Amino acid sequence: MTQNLESHIVLPAWRSRMLYGLLILSLIGLVGRAFYLQGIHKDFLQQKGSSRYSRVLEMGTQRGMITDRHGEPLAISTPVDSVKANPRKINATPEQLKKLADLIETNVPDIKKNLNSRQRDFVYLKRHVSPDVAKKIIQLAIPGISLVRDFRRYYPTGEQTSHMLGFTDLDDNGQEGIELALQKTLAGGVGSRRIIWDRRHRVIEGVGNVNEPTPGKNIALSIDSKIQYLAYRELKQAIEVNQAKAGGIVVLDTQTGEVLALVNLPTYNPNNRMRAKGGRARNRSVIDTFEPGSTLKPFTVAAALEARKVTPNMEFQTAPGTLTIGNRTIHDTHNYGRVTVEQVIQKSSNVGAAKIALLLSPQTQWETLSGSGFGASTGSKFPGEANGTLHPFKKWGQIEQATISYGYGISVSLLQLARAYTLFSSEGYLKSVSLLKIDAPVEGKQVISRDTALAVSKMLEMVVGREGTAQLAQINGYRVAGKTATTHKTEGRGYSKNRYTATFVGYAPASNPRLIVAVMLDEPSAGQHFGGQVAAPIFSRVMGRALEILNIPHDTPIKNMSLLPITLNPKGDV
Amino acid sequence: MISFLISIWRYLTRHVDNFLLGSIFLLMLTGLVTLYSATDGNLERLTGQAINMLTALSFMWLVANVPLRDILRLAVPIYVVGLILLIGVALFGEINNGARRWLNIGITHIQPSELMKIGVPLMLAWYFDRRAATLGTLDYVIATVLLLVPALLIMRQPDLGTALLIISSGFYILFLGGLSWRIMTGLLVSIAGSLPILWSMMHDYQRQRIATLFDPTQDPLGSGYHIIQSTIAIGSGGLIGKGWQQGTQTHLDFLPEKSTDFIFAVFSEEFGLIGNITLLFLYALVIGRSIVIAADASTQFTRLISGSITLTFCTYIFVNIGMVTGILPVVGVPLPLISYGGTSMVTILLGFGILMSIRTHATLVKA
Repeated sequence: MTQNLESHIVLPAWRSRMLYGLLILSLIGLVGRAFYLQGIHKDFLQQKGSSRYSRVLEMGTQRGMITDRHGEPLAISTPVDSVKANPRKINATPEQLKKLADLIETNVPDIKKNLNSRQRDFVYLKRHVSPDVAKKIIQLAIPGISLVRDFRRYYPTGEQTSHMLGFTDLDDNGQEGIELALQKTLAGGVGSRRIIWDRRHRVIEGVGNVNEPTPGKNIALSIDSKIQYLAYRELKQAIEVNQAKAGGIVVLDTQTGEVLALVNLPTYNPNNRMRAKGGRARNRSVIDTFEPGSTLKPFTVAAALEARKVTPNMEFQTAPGTLTIGNRTIHDTHNYGRVTVEQVIQKSSNVGAAKIALLLSPQTQWETLSGSGFGASTGSKFPGEANGTLHPFKKWGQIEQATISYGYGISVSLLQLARAYTLFSSEGYLKSVSLLKIDAPVEGKQVISRDTALAVSKMLEMVVGREGTAQLAQINGYRVAGKTATTHKTEGRGYSKNRYTATFVGYAPASNPRLIVAVMLDEPSAGQHFGGQVAAPIFSRVMGRALEILNIPHDTPIKNMSLLPITLNPKGDV
Repeated sequence: MISFLISIWRYLTRHVDNFLLGSIFLLMLTGLVTLYSATDGNLERLTGQAINMLTALSFMWLVANVPLRDILRLAVPIYVVGLILLIGVALFGEINNGARRWLNIGITHIQPSELMKIGVPLMLAWYFDRRAATLGTLDYVIATVLLLVPALLIMRQPDLGTALLIISSGFYILFLGGLSWRIMTGLLVSIAGSLPILWSMMHDYQRQRIATLFDPTQDPLGSGYHIIQSTIAIGSGGLIGKGWQQGTQTHLDFLPEKSTDFIFAVFSEEFGLIGNITLLFLYALVIGRSIVIAADASTQFTRLISGSITLTFCTYIFVNIGMVTGILPVVGVPLPLISYGGTSMVTILLGFGILMSIRTHATLVKA
């Protein structure tokens, strides 16, 4: 062994040189790799790095409040806690999990599923818990479970205003109605803050670039809470009494076009949207359309008066109560015989309206309807607002002219219909609808002359007066003008025999109109279905009370209610 | 008095190679500075590492003072004891993190595979030295068996990193000892042929490490995480680095194993490309000096063992940095003289102790 220690066998030197060379080359390779990473690839890797450790955090801000025209809150955001979990850090005993599940009203398997479902380090276990529950969750002290500050939208007026206001999602972003339409204004500007955090997302420091959030603005709607509540209460009662499927009431300020009240039934509670499904969630008065029926006759008459084809006292023969055009026959409910133009409105004669319309060119008739806002937006800016259907006059034959004259073959929303009546309440001017509060009167656009407007207005007063179809619309102390409609609902390709919509649109005080109220009941089925029987009384109560709320002076002597002569004229309505 | 102390010092350090020791000191200092940052100023770890270094330096000093003759005598006992311990580990070892690497020998826990990092090259060098006069093909086969038995035992633990280092240290001796190309080709073919068997012997985590080498983004949250984070940290350092204790990836906890296997990424992020070149230069000083020692070695045994130690040291550096920079699979090899940890520090400095012994005893003989 030892002799070999002294041996001098020459090992091949090239072998060691080759190995050393190779290893030195590989070390040079490492320098090359470092140069690649730190020189060439640097920007990419630095950006990758900063995307891991720095974040721009959004700084939420409280959503603006929605109030009525007098500042009464209709939608308020309140701070609330949500429960979040970091699935990677969570460490809970079975008992703790059970307690947690009880607190957030779920079960342990669901929580586990939620925690396992995603490769993330942030999941919500429950949004928006009560302060009491939040406190108890913190007391459980489970690692990986914590609270985050959220805002929850609260609607003090609940289901009365839900269709108008719409609602927000869990992150307080508007999803429907005003909340959606004015999302930007209400939400304000989200602020941002640049932060550095570590792998466990613990924030180490803020690094400037703080953009303070701009708080959401408050919005005052045109709604008057008192009138809104009144309309809601009356509609609800009427729907129960008449066993109607649905209904709507629109109250407009004739001077400004502001919507003072807008209610629909059925409705939902925006604070608990479990039932906000299907029909309940729809703002029917704005987004649904229907055939307006006789409420359209005044526009036919206005067009004819404007074109000087008729005068209010001109007589038309409506006997025998039918009119055949081509292969179609128009019916009145009764044979009214010879009637004046005024009486066509008062009695609501289809034959009379058709004969008046046939004196006009389709274009003239169309222009008046189009000028009245049919087939176009009301200007409300409500999301999903329906424009209704007004077909181009070039497609109209005589039969279309005739049916449109009494409101078939055209579809409108209740809001459009109410708005169109500003023509008669505002001396010929059409006003845009506003859902927001307006301080100064709005002039609008003149569609018909003042004389025509006043003449039609007088006829609309006759509708509510003796011999009229809507005596139940009368209000003690105020002159009322308005028009009823009872339309057959469409069914398949034709019209239903026994399903109706009952409508009344009117305004008061007729001497100096301040409010327009439009009432519509869908399928009243408790025996009565005529607009004059079903819708007119609702109008009377809502309009009468609303005028009192607004302190509008009376324009006719107050009569003793018990002596008020009402002669019901059941055969006068169509 | 002073001259007396100086003469004592001279006596004590007469077997120490100053150039090599100086370079090692510089690297250790770099290691401590980087470790301080990597542990966020943890003085306990820092002190622990300093103690590791002092312990390892003591071992180095001891070995440097042992004449080659005696080191050679120790080769067979070390190897045999190491092999017995490895078998003991395989049978009675403690399982830790899914690997059976440690053996409880009553007074302390030991990791026999570390002993074999020195034991295997010593054994092979001894064997070649003994058979130098009549070296035949059979000797290479026997040497290969001597190498592969402990290597396979270690691979089974599993400890791929250590096994690879031991195989390479043994291979260097075989190669430098004149292994013929024919046998080498045969070996290469049989290695290639045994790769599927090796693959089937591997644990899932080892396979995954190799698979993610080729595409670390494949599993960014699992086994690819290490490589992605370390390349990001290195790249973020840029030319001059982010400065000591300023590395975001390190200090925000994105970087895994930052005081041990991945400490190079910490260093790179904070000192940049310039730092890396400096670090490799320091390593080059150590390697260069080692090559000089190996080249000057006067006997078969000393040349073989010093060559193997030097080349294995290079392999350490290459495998660790290669793995951290993402060009080699993650096999768990520390960065020599820098990574936190006592065992590998001792093994590496034992190697340098042997080099110093070769250098100084040879010189003494010559003188």
